[in-house]
Amino acid sequence: MAAVTDAVVPRAPSLLAKTGTAIRRNPTIFFGGTILLILIVLAAIAPWITGDPLKLTPSQRLRPPSERWWFGTDQYGRDVFARTIHGARVSLVVGLSVAAFASVIGLTLGLLCGYFRKVDAIVMRVMDGIMSIPSILLAIALITLTRPGLGIVLVAIVIPEVPRVVRLTRSVVLSIRSQPYIESAISGGTRGAKLLIRHILPNTMAPLIVQATYVCASAMLVEAGLSFLGAGVPPEIPSWGNIISQGRSFFQIAPWSILIPGAFLTLTVLAVNLLGDGLRDRLDPRLSRRM
Amino acid sequence: MSEKPSLEVRNLKKHFPLHGGLLQRQTGTVRAVDGVSFSIRRGETLGVVGESGCGKSTVGKTVLKLLEPTAGEILLDGVNVTDFSPGQMWSHRRQIQTVFQDPYSSMNPRMRAGDIVGEPLENFGLAHGKERDEQVAALFQRVGLRPENMRKFTHEFSGGQRQRLGIAKALSVNPEVIVADEPVSALDVSVQAQVLNLMIDLQEEYRLAYLFISHDLGVMRHISHRIAVMYLGRVVELTDKRSLFTRPLHPYTEALLSAAPVPDPTKKRAQRIILPGDVASPAKPPSGCHFHTRCPYAIAECKTIDPALLEVAPGHQVACIRRPLGGDLAPLTPTV
Repeated sequence: MAAVTDAVVPRAPSLLAKTGTAIRRNPTIFFGGTILLILIVLAAIAPWITGDPLKLTPSQRLRPPSERWWFGTDQYGRDVFARTIHGARVSLVVGLSVAAFASVIGLTLGLLCGYFRKVDAIVMRVMDGIMSIPSILLAIALITLTRPGLGIVLVAIVIPEVPRVVRLTRSVVLSIRSQPYIESAISGGTRGAKLLIRHILPNTMAPLIVQATYVCASAMLVEAGLSFLGAGVPPEIPSWGNIISQGRSFFQIAPWSILIPGAFLTLTVLAVNLLGDGLRDRLDPRLSRRM
Repeated sequence: MSEKPSLEVRNLKKHFPLHGGLLQRQTGTVRAVDGVSFSIRRGETLGVVGESGCGKSTVGKTVLKLLEPTAGEILLDGVNVTDFSPGQMWSHRRQIQTVFQDPYSSMNPRMRAGDIVGEPLENFGLAHGKERDEQVAALFQRVGLRPENMRKFTHEFSGGQRQRLGIAKALSVNPEVIVADEPVSALDVSVQAQVLNLMIDLQEEYRLAYLFISHDLGVMRHISHRIAVMYLGRVVELTDKRSLFTRPLHPYTEALLSAAPVPDPTKKRAQRIILPGDVASPAKPPSGCHFHTRCPYAIAECKTIDPALLEVAPGHQVACIRRPLGGDLAPLTPTV
């Protein structure tokens, strides 16, 4: 009798073991996501963990990294640590908002282009036109025409990113349209917006999410570039681009004021791209086992 | 004969333009379907058989108006729907439903099984909400699926179950005609038989008319009442199942039947006819009878005369000049 109760019951894998399996299966998603998450948390709590990024301490100019100044100070005696962490806010806000706006606009236009042939002919020519404008020059032109600010930087970066999303979505929609399940839905009487929203839209999401991560990474780089050129966010808002730009003339004496924000930029873009690569592998039904 | 046919097709043509060159000018035409006529009554199965690329699937899609016909007429329950716009066609879609070949790609991977089956009910305003779910559950039971599985995604079903889902979906709006395009060719033989038997039961219950497209003669023999044999976009022979299998009159049908395996090992199979060459391209079909390049019985006239589909015996139509009206129906002797 007792022997029955002694039967080995397979134990459910512990949470730790499950996490371990998940990391081994998708290391890129895990590492990219973790780095990004840490940066987002740091940026969010920046005012509580750092000092004022604009506070000048002339007696402490060009100090190397130390216990008091973790990342050193710049030529005006500003805390590079505070500036770098605050700079993450600009980069993340720009990256995420550009990804969101470009995806929503691009998805809408791409769906319409893939679905309606007449819209396609017109919109795609406009997109070709936008793609032929150098994005940095467009941004500089827009910013010189208006007052500098985060808003106009976003607009300037979103415009050249939209055509890439439109092209992707359109091609995905075209390939979905020839799928038998669309014909099956049509013969079942599904038509118009319902066909678009219920059958086509959900199946475009996977490639779109992956594209959004690349747009995000590219937007961060463009923003840094614009700020470096002085055409980005105004200098009173620290961003990685303008920190590097301001530290440029003191590079030989105080390399930390360039290298550290530069390293953060590289790391962030790398993390976003890793996440994108991981998601691409994970979301591609041909490459992944379905959950 | 008193009843009008559920589906009638007259001289249906579907040509696809071929584009080439730098300016994408039209360089040719693929005559995928080139003058096909047939009719199906309620409760009847018309099988369409032929090898890959003969246009049988195109017939199905054109009849469903998923492709616009180039010429000819499609009459659905007596109504000429040939030139209907997608909007006009919509109100007639309830009468003609379809079961697709590939049970894996013919269902939206991001929808639940119950929603796929119930979608036509919603589309045509037949049932919503709880009432819809009840009807879907009944359909699930009718096709041999458990209603508990309504919440599952389609990839959680086996091939046979998915095809049952497809049948349930087609059945949901109570159609007259079901176009089944190779509905069992992706399934195991044992599952094929189950699905075919289900389709036969449903046909008897609802007096469905089937346009059943397949390349498998064994499947055809099981389900069809009449069979149309297609070659290069045309029907070369159309007759009831019995005459087709016992007395094929067209040389192509004869070759096709001789290639099918005989399920009885004690029987010696008939002399196998091996056709020379490949199927000609539908973009450049041969002159005269499309089959003359491969036909063992071809005579000189076959190269020039385009044979019409003639009723040479009661209910037995064939398109071959060696089978003239009132002619001899005995087997032909090879000319080569």
